[in-house]
Amino acid sequence: MSEILKAFWVGGFICLIGQLLIDKTKLTSGRILVLYVCIGAVLGSVGIYKIIADYAGAGATVPIIGFGHNLSKSVLKEVADKGFTGIFTGSLKAAAGGISATILFGFIAALVFNPKEK
Amino acid sequence: MNKKIGNQTIKFASPPVIISAASIAGKKEGEGPLKKYFDVILSDNLKGEKSWEKAESKIVENTIKIAVYKAGLTIDDIDYIFGGDLLNQDTGSTFGVRNFRRPFFGLFGACSTMGEAMGLAAMAIDGGFAKNVIAGASSHFCASEKQFRFPLDMGNQRPQSSTWTITGDGTVVISNKGSGPRITHVTAGKIVDLGVKDANNMGAAMAPAACDTIVTHLKDTKRSPNYYDLIVTGDLGYVGHTLLKQLLAQEGIYINEEKITDCGIEIFNKTAQDTHSGGSGCACSAVTFCGYFYPKLKTGELKNILFIPTGALMSTTSSGQGESIPGIAHAIAIESRVK
Repeated sequence: MSEILKAFWVGGFICLIGQLLIDKTKLTSGRILVLYVCIGAVLGSVGIYKIIADYAGAGATVPIIGFGHNLSKSVLKEVADKGFTGIFTGSLKAAAGGISATILFGFIAALVFNPKEK
Repeated sequence: MNKKIGNQTIKFASPPVIISAASIAGKKEGEGPLKKYFDVILSDNLKGEKSWEKAESKIVENTIKIAVYKAGLTIDDIDYIFGGDLLNQDTGSTFGVRNFRRPFFGLFGACSTMGEAMGLAAMAIDGGFAKNVIAGASSHFCASEKQFRFPLDMGNQRPQSSTWTITGDGTVVISNKGSGPRITHVTAGKIVDLGVKDANNMGAAMAPAACDTIVTHLKDTKRSPNYYDLIVTGDLGYVGHTLLKQLLAQEGIYINEEKITDCGIEIFNKTAQDTHSGGSGCACSAVTFCGYFYPKLKTGELKNILFIPTGALMSTTSSGQGESIPGIAHAIAIESRVK
């Protein structure tokens, strides 16, 4: 139960910052998205995001900022294993499952459903 | 005889008559305060089509049919169709009129298109180039979101300053004779760009253009704002409407609260419908005029209005390249009785 609460408040806090950026700044949501991925990558590469992810679990890994963390984490791992080429081959490895699943499920959903309004 | 007065205004010698008006509105618009004024309210914004874009063209086609029918004419009586929409290359209108086989001028004035279409249509009539002309504009919430922002399926959040693109089409038939309110003046707007870059706050980008057109119109016609029963802007929304009143005050023009309004404000119930700053899109001014204001002018409940559709002339490419949003506004003076 306490893990759910931790995931909820950390995940919610990350989204709250995003909502404030939408409401209080002129940043478009596309830019906020890219900003979040970059922040995640930077925080991940210096090891800060791992501490947050260990504490909050899915609350930290599911938001898009966790995707950035994932990219940097797997680059670091690939570089440790394979050296220089790991910079290029590493980033998408950890995300491969997520990206392929997105394409497949998106395709299936497009076959089954019609678009809807908000 | 010179029909141009002042800097930007045309005064018609024989003011063209708006003999009919038709409107089709989307589901959400049909749940708003103006629901009883539209000719048709869609139960499904896909309208049985396979895409939002196809649905929009179908709406265009049907609205024109209704407007022509109400005017007691057939489509072959129409000399020209002036129309436009927000989709790339004006496909909403083009595909909507392709079965009619009548001469067509495709226009792009973003959300000011209805003003542009009515102005040009009236000029064609008063110039003696046509007897019956159609002017219309359409937009579709889902198709616009997809083109200008993000596909709806992404479930993106909308900022408070953003407006809600109207789904629908408003079309008028303008004629050289008949009964109905007449277009007496047109003040074509010029582009005003004060450097606003926020595509989620188009009201602020368009308000300076609306102010410029109102000031120019009043100067050219030597009229006071009180001459009009109502000054109606297109889709400034709450944010832009407030800004417009401030800008007019800076120019020394004060208009009573009940004598100036905005179609984007009229069309939705802000709190109940969660539409943030109000309605927008080509269809916003078009359906509100055709459904709500036209009958009031026809019955004489409104003596005259200054109708000012407003447009934000950006594209996804220009926004992506960091360009600001140029605004435009065209003023159409419409009177229920001309002496």
